[in-house]
Amino acid sequence: MNLAILLLVVLFSTSCFFFGRKKIIKITSENKIRPNALPDYYGYYLALWCAIPAVLILALWTVFEPTIIKAIIINNLSSNNLSELNPDELNLVYQQIIALYAGNFTGTITEEIRLGAENYKSFLSIAEGSKIVILISFLMFTTLYAYKKLISNNKAREEVEKIVKAVLFTCSLVAILTTIGIIFSLLFESIKFFTTINIFDFLFGTSWSPQRAFVRDASTITPEEYNELKDAFGSVPLFAGTAFIAFIAMIVAVPIGLFSGIYLAEYASKKVRKYSKPIIEILAGIPTVVYGFFAALTVGPFFREFGERFGLEVSSESALAAGLVMGVMIIPYISSLSDDVINAVPQSLRDGSYAVGATKSETIKKVVIPAALPGIVGSVLLAVSRAIGETMIVVMAAGLAARLTINPLESTTTITTQIVMILIGDQEFDSPKTQSAFALGLTLFFATLILNYIALRFVKKYREKYE
Amino acid sequence: MTNNKVKIKTEKLDVFYGQKQALKNVNLEIFNREVTALIGPSGCGKSTYIRCINRMNDVIETCKISGSIKIDGQEINNKQIDVVRLRERIGMVFQKPNPFPKSIYDNVAYGPQIHGLADHKDKLDQIVQTSLKKSALWEEVKDRLDEPGTSLSGGQQQRLCIARAISVNPEVILMDEPCSALDPIATAKIEELMEELKKTFTIVIVTHSMAQAVRVSQRTGFFHLGNLIEVDTTDKMFKNPNNKMTQDYITGRFG
Repeated sequence: MNLAILLLVVLFSTSCFFFGRKKIIKITSENKIRPNALPDYYGYYLALWCAIPAVLILALWTVFEPTIIKAIIINNLSSNNLSELNPDELNLVYQQIIALYAGNFTGTITEEIRLGAENYKSFLSIAEGSKIVILISFLMFTTLYAYKKLISNNKAREEVEKIVKAVLFTCSLVAILTTIGIIFSLLFESIKFFTTINIFDFLFGTSWSPQRAFVRDASTITPEEYNELKDAFGSVPLFAGTAFIAFIAMIVAVPIGLFSGIYLAEYASKKVRKYSKPIIEILAGIPTVVYGFFAALTVGPFFREFGERFGLEVSSESALAAGLVMGVMIIPYISSLSDDVINAVPQSLRDGSYAVGATKSETIKKVVIPAALPGIVGSVLLAVSRAIGETMIVVMAAGLAARLTINPLESTTTITTQIVMILIGDQEFDSPKTQSAFALGLTLFFATLILNYIALRFVKKYREKYE
Repeated sequence: MTNNKVKIKTEKLDVFYGQKQALKNVNLEIFNREVTALIGPSGCGKSTYIRCINRMNDVIETCKISGSIKIDGQEINNKQIDVVRLRERIGMVFQKPNPFPKSIYDNVAYGPQIHGLADHKDKLDQIVQTSLKKSALWEEVKDRLDEPGTSLSGGQQQRLCIARAISVNPEVILMDEPCSALDPIATAKIEELMEELKKTFTIVIVTHSMAQAVRVSQRTGFFHLGNLIEVDTTDKMFKNPNNKMTQDYITGRFG
């Protein structure tokens, strides 16, 4: 139904566009005046005045209709013979009414429910009818308003530009509000978690095993229980594991990515560059889950067998395998970005260096790279954020056991892996185990935020003015 | 002319950028410790010519050079010549000041360092100081050598680039419209400086300003569409040129 209305509105406003355009041409040519804007603007003006208010009303109606109907029905119920029920029970009855209306009610049909369903049905049809009436009258009203302005040859161009600006602003607002919403949902769940577990125990505890945390009621924890509980939620091993794997990844990705970026920007002929750059960028397009099973099924076992030959004990899920594959995944980010920043270094600097008799490698080492350094550092820090936030590869290849280790051959785990582990399957959302995922997410968010901030500051501070 | 020794001599020099011929059969002699100005309308090949002398055209992939370029009688337009050594001998200053994004000191020390001209810090300091003095910049920057070269004004930057060029003690300095991005006062400083520099170096300057050519140079060459139309002493070129085209150009009738 809503779709049909929307279609009608669109059709109507499209015809308004053509009508408005034609009308202004006619008016201005009859009166031999020049229109204040191109005829198209008048068309848009009329069409937008027709469509935007109607669509807004439709959206608001759709959002609020169920809430209002529910309020009316529950009000009816409680003012009639079910006044002794508490809100939860009323809610249940309401759900039963809807189920009956939809035809998938299975219990015994009481008089109240039957009546309620009939009520519900009539309310729905009233709502439907009034929605159409209001919508059409509103649409007529705004269109007529716009039409009146149009025939007086008003400033349609300015108005349309304003509307366009408003639409663009709304879209950016949506993006910002979403971000803020996510942060707040993380924040509120984390605050719940931190009321059970002290934030310092969480940040500095060295033992992580949320599986053994069973809490029935957070308000009745004794100090002894808490001591045990806080040992389940020490996040240091996770941060250490994350940093460790990211470190291994950067050891792989920074030199290879940077050198290939330098090669592409400085040495490669146009032809080589034309083909090799897209190929490297394909690496960035491979889904991380593919890297994940590459790490888990190929690289991990390879390291284990390789280690066995030297009598080393290598876990088949090792930090080394995960870090290595993650490094490969990150190479294209670094190489592509550093290629771009190196290319942005003006040719005049290279000329200046060649002109005093510097070789190509001296020029790159002493002039080009220092000039491009802020961009390169920025790209590396961006890559670090990616490495820290990467999930799939570590879930598949790094293991689950949280232990503090610096042996790359052992298995280790990361923040993202643990969040996945905590949140898959059925969860009760009031247990600290589940809430700890939000606390981890929040901490991770802050860590990458700080990193990005440092990256930006660094780039700004050391940005060399080329001219 | 006090000094008639030929420093640079090109014969039958042809330069192509891809299909386009930028220089056609250019035969030119540049004399030692003199300022030679190259004039002509844009795109006539003046810059191409000086970029041949220190082989900067090598950087451009599609560029092909044929003919003979001799410096002190030694052929440099062949594969055997060591371009790095050549450019150490022949410095260059560009149209737009292009100091490195490094400190003033490091800008000048760059050349001596890569050529190993200074074996210890004191020597390097001394080279930097002499170069900056020669380029008449020392008094202005001696207290802030560690500030970035890009913080200087345009004219100072250009003199810094001259200091960078002379820091490796070259024999020739090529200047590609060194004053085109500068104001008249900075230009006057650079011209003054060239008067001083020509006592030690051979200078070739490309310029669009007739007045500048008259002020600074002893010899002038006029290029047009890749041809060297005429070359003679500046005095003669501007007072009594042999060629009608030269006459028209310097009097502003075309170009």
